[in-house]
Amino acid sequence: MTFKIISKKQLSENVFQMDVFAPLVASARKAGQFVIVSPNVDHGERIPLTIAGADPQKGTIRLIFQRVGKATAQMADLHAQDAMGYVAGPLGRPTHVEKFGTVVCVGGGIGNAPLLPIATAMKTAGNKLITILGARTKELVILEDDFRAISDELLVVTDDGSYGRKALVTEPLKEVCGRAARPDLAVVIGPTIMMKFCCDVTRQFQVPTQVSLNTIMVDGTGMCGGCRVEVAGKTKFVCVDGPEFDGHQVNFDAMMKRMNAYKALEQKAYEQYRSHTCRIGLNHK
Amino acid sequence: MTPDPQKLEELIKKHKEGQLKPKDRYEIPAQDMPAQDAVRRRQNMNEVAEGFTEFQARMEALRCLQCKNAPCVEGCPVRIRIRDFIAAIAEGDFAEALSIIKENSLLPAVCGRVCPQEVQCQEKCTVGKKFKDVNLSVSIGRLERFVADLGAKQGGEVPKVAPSTGKKVAIIGCGPGGIVVAADTRRAGHDVTIFEAFHKPGGVMVYGIPEFRLPKEIVRQEIEVLEKMGVKIVCNFIVGRTRTIRQLMEEDGFDAVYIGVGAGLPKFMDIPGEHLVGVYSANEYLTRANLMRAYDFGNGADTPIAVSKSVAVLGGGNVAMDAARMAVRLGAENVYLIYRRSEKEMPARIEEVHHAKEEGVQFRVLQNPTRILGDDKSNVIGIECLRYELGEPDESGRRRPVPIKGSEFTIDVDTVIVAIGNGANPLLQQTTPGLEFNKWGNIVVDDRCKTSLEGVYAGGDIVLGAATVILAMGQGRIAAAAMNEYLGTLKK
Ligand SMILES: Cc1cc2nc3c(=O)[nH]c(=O)nc-3n(C[C@H](O)[C@H](O)[C@H](O)COP(=O)(O)OP(=O)(O)OC[C@H]3O[C@@H](n4cnc5c(N)ncnc54)[C@H](O)[C@@H]3O)c2cc1C
Ligand code: SF4
Ligand code: FES
Repeated sequence: MTFKIISKKQLSENVFQMDVFAPLVASARKAGQFVIVSPNVDHGERIPLTIAGADPQKGTIRLIFQRVGKATAQMADLHAQDAMGYVAGPLGRPTHVEKFGTVVCVGGGIGNAPLLPIATAMKTAGNKLITILGARTKELVILEDDFRAISDELLVVTDDGSYGRKALVTEPLKEVCGRAARPDLAVVIGPTIMMKFCCDVTRQFQVPTQVSLNTIMVDGTGMCGGCRVEVAGKTKFVCVDGPEFDGHQVNFDAMMKRMNAYKALEQKAYEQYRSHTCRIGLNHK
Repeated sequence: MTPDPQKLEELIKKHKEGQLKPKDRYEIPAQDMPAQDAVRRRQNMNEVAEGFTEFQARMEALRCLQCKNAPCVEGCPVRIRIRDFIAAIAEGDFAEALSIIKENSLLPAVCGRVCPQEVQCQEKCTVGKKFKDVNLSVSIGRLERFVADLGAKQGGEVPKVAPSTGKKVAIIGCGPGGIVVAADTRRAGHDVTIFEAFHKPGGVMVYGIPEFRLPKEIVRQEIEVLEKMGVKIVCNFIVGRTRTIRQLMEEDGFDAVYIGVGAGLPKFMDIPGEHLVGVYSANEYLTRANLMRAYDFGNGADTPIAVSKSVAVLGGGNVAMDAARMAVRLGAENVYLIYRRSEKEMPARIEEVHHAKEEGVQFRVLQNPTRILGDDKSNVIGIECLRYELGEPDESGRRRPVPIKGSEFTIDVDTVIVAIGNGANPLLQQTTPGLEFNKWGNIVVDDRCKTSLEGVYAGGDIVLGAATVILAMGQGRIAAAAMNEYLGTLKK
């Protein structure tokens, strides 16, 4: 099985979108699930990525990822017609979708990618959909048009005010939750810190909140426990028990610290990789 | 001991003439396993035990009394004709010895290395009984390994495959159980596909058991034989997610399924601090190190692992020994193995305990952790333990450890590896309606390894709980025989 990259698009400086040929995953996947991919077969790192969309007819899945370390940089250096090392999935439990009434979906940065299929499924199930998208700056707002097409109401904010309203996503979220017609459910996906603060807001208004966690992972099948988080005081494995959890029960502080476990090592590997590829680049010229 | 070929010649001559009496055999010294020097091996991943020489193998084989009742065979879960293969070694017919073993065991190079012989065949051996010391039993495992390695060097042969039956077999999980079922059902002429979740086949033999105890090359060769037999291996395929068992059978045309997905799901201690940075399950630690080759991080491998100075490993089984010895090799200066009972109660193999000690692992027995301590950045800085003493024996006959009040103390460590066992993976339970599980999440099977679903069989750790390679293989053989029979009754 070769997992060929069918198309590749750069969405912003460090954000890439790829459609990858993985027909079994494309037909099996449901909103909320993820895959584990690696740019090379043998000793590449295993990277968990949420599936941003799929076309079962063409047999492709859509992956949107941010270049943050060596493995994602290697992925970003692949092009259409190249092959991924492997794609395994779909993993995790699908999102529970039903008609709740009004659902507010909050996406932060790259979190918009995993949010899109969930928002789409919520809309299709007959919910009224309010979407709040946030990013640091204008060029990092991704998939806005796709969300506009499905949302009953769309609010965009940026940290620096370069686009939409100048605010953090918690501001409009507070307003939406404070409305007379209080939302029945919030779905929040983005950086851990953002999910934590959004949960603080929705907790005040007693709006049930689903978050999707992107912890460190190795196997993605429940074997290693590297993805564990504390939910309602109990140890849960994100890859088999999640990735979605009741945001009001998640211990975000512990999770954020665990996510930084390999920062220093990975930074070093990334720098090595960059200087190496730059050198190769120079030799070519 | 310097080899004395003349002595061997004499012994063999006497043996052939039927003149080698038990008394003479008892006098032959038990052969020591040549091993890599303990200081040197702390710095490398190479195999520790180097294997018998031909001289040693034949000397050791001559120690065997050729008992009429061969009690060793009873101790072997797959009933290898031990006495007979040892006789062949003594005669110098190594090929014959290997083919006797292969009648019952398909992975002799693996089993010779990782089976707990001291509680199986070697426990029953008459020679060990005579000396009242299991360590002086005939070294059956080492002999098995010797002929298997020799056979591999001469190029393993590919078993014959019967004409195609047109029936399709799906095997879920490419661990030792799955490998055996694949070989046995393929030999019967069925069309066999193994589905494996990881990007590499081999199961625990590649992601768990370290290179220094079981070189991955051996597993690779066994997989290659399967492929030469025409078994298809599909990696990155998670049954239950990529396709369900029902889809495989109803839509994809598989007539029988074997589930050999292993145990999975590591247990934690549920003590404060287990979410700190630097706390691993043994599965994660070993997977990063073995499968993802984290020890080569930055030199071709991209998966990181903690760079540790002091490591606490919690547990006393083989997995704990593997993790501790791996930590030594990854450069930790202090590795502590913390175990609640006394050393006598440790479930780990004596040989592994011995190797771990030689490599400098510090055993802290009758101690149990109460919490893991972290700094303001949530990095592990220590572990608090309580001292225990042995009390009355419990139901299992082992003396129960009881805590000594107020005996808390801390050990400075920056990494903690939890190796206290695995629970069952819930994935198939979540996705396979009709498949019966017990309350611990293990699949329920009958004595021929058949599950509650028609045409679906299971074995290995997912049925037995955490067990052994040979038990997984044994169940695989039983299941494969039942599957071949079942497939024979199917009209197509
Ligand atoms: C560190 C360690 C050391 C050990 N040392 C020894 C030893 O010295 N001697 C000994 O006899 N035993 C030892 N064991 C135990 C032994 O390895 C196991 O009992 C044995 O491997 C079980 O075999 P199995 O066939 O059940 O499957 P496993 O070897 O567990 O393999 C199962 C395979 O199934 C795959 N899988 C899981 N779920 C799915 C799915 N849904 N779809 C597709 N594939 C799936 C897994 O990725 C895995 O590759 C050790 C175990 C560990 C962890
Ligand atoms: S019990 Fe020991 S001495 Fe007797 S046949 Fe078996 S290996 Fe040989
Ligand atoms: S990623 Fe290994 S258990 Fe979840």
